[in-house]
Amino acid sequence: MSNQRIVGIDLGTTNSLVAFMQGDVPVVIPGDDGLNLVPSVVALDENDQIIVGNAARKYLIETPERAVYSIKRLMGRGIEDIWEELKLFPFRLAEDLQPGEVLRIKLGDKTFTPPEISAFILRQLKRNAERFFGAPVTQAVITVPAYFNDAQRQATKDAGRIAGLEVLRLVNEPTAASLAYGLDQKQNGIVAVYDLGGGTFDISILKLHDEIFEVMATNGDTHLGGDDIDNLLITIALDDILGDLGLDVRRNGEIVQTIRKSVIEAKIALSSEPAAKLDVELPGGKRYQREITRQQFEDLIRPILDRTIAPCKQAMKDAGVTPEQIEEVVLVGGSTRIPTVRALVKEMFRREPHTDLNPDEVVALGAAVQAHILSGGSDVTQNMLLLDVTPLSLGIEVAGGVTDKIILRNSTVPASSTQHYTTQVDGQVNVAVHVLQGERELAKDCRSLARFDLKGIPPMPAGLPRIEVKFLIDANGILHVSAREQRSGKEAEIEVQPSYGLTDEQVESMILESFDSAEEDFRQRQVIEARNEAETILSALEKSKKSPAWGQLPNGERKQIAKLEKALQEVKQQDDYQKIRKSIDALNQGTMRLAELMMDTAVTTALKGKTMEQADMGESPETGHPVAKADFE
Amino acid sequence: MSAETNTATVEAAHACWSCGDMRAAHLCTSCGKVQPPTPVDYFTFFRLPRKLNLDTAALEREFYALSRKLHPDVYADRDSQEQEWSLEQSSRLNDAYRTLKDPIRRTEYLLKLEGVELEGQSKAATEEARKTGEKKQIVPPDLLEEVFELNMQLEELRASKKLGEEDSALVQELQTHKQSLGAKFSTLFNELKDYWSEWDSAEESDSEQERRRVRDRMVDLLNRRSYIGNLVRDVNEALGS
Repeated sequence: MSNQRIVGIDLGTTNSLVAFMQGDVPVVIPGDDGLNLVPSVVALDENDQIIVGNAARKYLIETPERAVYSIKRLMGRGIEDIWEELKLFPFRLAEDLQPGEVLRIKLGDKTFTPPEISAFILRQLKRNAERFFGAPVTQAVITVPAYFNDAQRQATKDAGRIAGLEVLRLVNEPTAASLAYGLDQKQNGIVAVYDLGGGTFDISILKLHDEIFEVMATNGDTHLGGDDIDNLLITIALDDILGDLGLDVRRNGEIVQTIRKSVIEAKIALSSEPAAKLDVELPGGKRYQREITRQQFEDLIRPILDRTIAPCKQAMKDAGVTPEQIEEVVLVGGSTRIPTVRALVKEMFRREPHTDLNPDEVVALGAAVQAHILSGGSDVTQNMLLLDVTPLSLGIEVAGGVTDKIILRNSTVPASSTQHYTTQVDGQVNVAVHVLQGERELAKDCRSLARFDLKGIPPMPAGLPRIEVKFLIDANGILHVSAREQRSGKEAEIEVQPSYGLTDEQVESMILESFDSAEEDFRQRQVIEARNEAETILSALEKSKKSPAWGQLPNGERKQIAKLEKALQEVKQQDDYQKIRKSIDALNQGTMRLAELMMDTAVTTALKGKTMEQADMGESPETGHPVAKADFE
Repeated sequence: MSAETNTATVEAAHACWSCGDMRAAHLCTSCGKVQPPTPVDYFTFFRLPRKLNLDTAALEREFYALSRKLHPDVYADRDSQEQEWSLEQSSRLNDAYRTLKDPIRRTEYLLKLEGVELEGQSKAATEEARKTGEKKQIVPPDLLEEVFELNMQLEELRASKKLGEEDSALVQELQTHKQSLGAKFSTLFNELKDYWSEWDSAEESDSEQERRRVRDRMVDLLNRRSYIGNLVRDVNEALGS
């Protein structure tokens, strides 16, 4: 087994997961709390330490000004994009934010950019995987919503780098889900993936053909998901409280977060119950109590869900398919647990959706499959190939503020386009190019990706230079640009000014800050964990020596075990976690037969009518003798 | 082996960087390694003759087969030079496939190879052209009368809409126009297919004169087609559908 494993990561709006390929099956790696889902919540504790996941959730309510959730909504966005978000989410922007600067969010007295906050989540997932493997993890496949634009993708990649991860590929979430689905159901045909998550909606239509997963079309809305349902319910509750109880708690962060927790619980309950209750304690001894029926809930959220219809229709149109041609609709994302979402999908695609997959985990599992493919794969994956598309058209601004589309949406990536430019004035040495992403005719309605200055053009009469600019969208959906002046053969210089996002230098400095300590942290954590494991195994061995099985072992084997035991006791005192692990493994191997014998004894004893306690096992056979780990096959 | 590849006219005759044998434009025919990109046209990339009738099912199979060999995923653990070539070659592959599988794009691409620049077809570009008076789209003569009438009706409809009225008779007439234009649009496609066969035989007999004749016919047809396409779009927009 190679030391370097590539993990698959689903960096979600609400929850994040890390998975890897165990043999032929992708599995999710749990956190140290034993749970697969790591809530995408980041908090700063009283000692200014970063807390991530379940442990960070309590800060949302206790010290909301020191915690942040749904940061994915801000990835790759500018201040002018997020006014709507700010009304609904308790994001606290840094006061000294300059126009054109990457957003910074306040946590306590500190400020962080969205990629840094995402990096904290990624670092947690990385640690979870490292604990699981007992080895460093440095490479990952990370999923993004299919409808993410270039800036949002770049921001995600930056987050990976900041967390000390080399991002080998960004995979679109619905496409990742289709990989997990395809691994399960080896069939050819057209499949739709309807992915309604915490903050984003994607629809992708794929053609599965002899293990090639070819995306035909994709569409979506990067600001549509469970969050919108929660916010609607919160707004209603706040209005109720103001109207009925005369209390304005809209600016009270703690109360708003308590209400948020309560409506989310009600939302989840309403997927299985006919009604749910909201019950929130308010300042001044007042209470907000309300019952909401499933019917009311469905009527309320219908306008939100209806926003998924147009993208679905557009995707089918772009793919050139009718609902009848689609063999299966796969549901992904926690919000697809809502019965009325399923009904809507059924109505739109005229078939019962496929709900066998765990909608929270399937994207991470698919990312693990893609990670496995990139590492060379095995029998089950080596023929699998993903052909994804760019979700948005790429254009350049031409005379009159018009967008000239040079790579159309739903083009298979990598995709490229070569454009030629010239000068308009004699002796002109610079040409400015404005790159856009979007479907609208006018440049001002599209998303500005970057402005390029083609520099160093040799002075020539107007119209004579011929500058060839190559635009290339790579397999991650990220744009690369290169240029050449053809008459002089000179490479034209390009100065890229991304409209949104961090510069390389900024990312670099962020990595250095967190990375140095992360390496040291990793080593220390590994030593502590290895020592703990050594303790467990040694004390289990002590107990085993009292069991009848010990006496059944040949003398030589008992001596050998004693030798290994002594070795482990010695290396345990040292600071080399790899040595400790090696020694643990050796002891594990050496005591295999002992473990088997003990299991047999336990079974025999049980058959004789004795209870496990009487057999003095110390451990029940289900837990197994801790010496016998499941690793041996 | 090399004698065979030499006789194939579409084969670029270079030596593979890895094994020294002969190679195609993208992969070594001998050892299968990805090659540095060479500027070949899309037909050559797929090792196809420059013809317009094309077996799209076979093209798809070839696309899948080449994707398995050229896609960056396959090169994730190779050195950075091979990764870069794979990125460029697979983007060429995708660009070529996207262009050749679509009948209109394929025709336009071939005409471009033959030195024809077709007019921009986006609405904004058309309007910009109208405003500046450059490159005015020429109304096909047989459509003159219909276009004149249609434009009048569109103006009328826009005016009545501004007043908040809905002239149902006018809407009805525009619907009829739309249908007739739609029918013309599909007839043009069938005509285009006839030209394809004429082009392909001109290509086979290597007749420059015949090639030029068919080329001009196709240019004319595609311009008419885009003109009608723009009209349908205008009508749709005015009808608000």
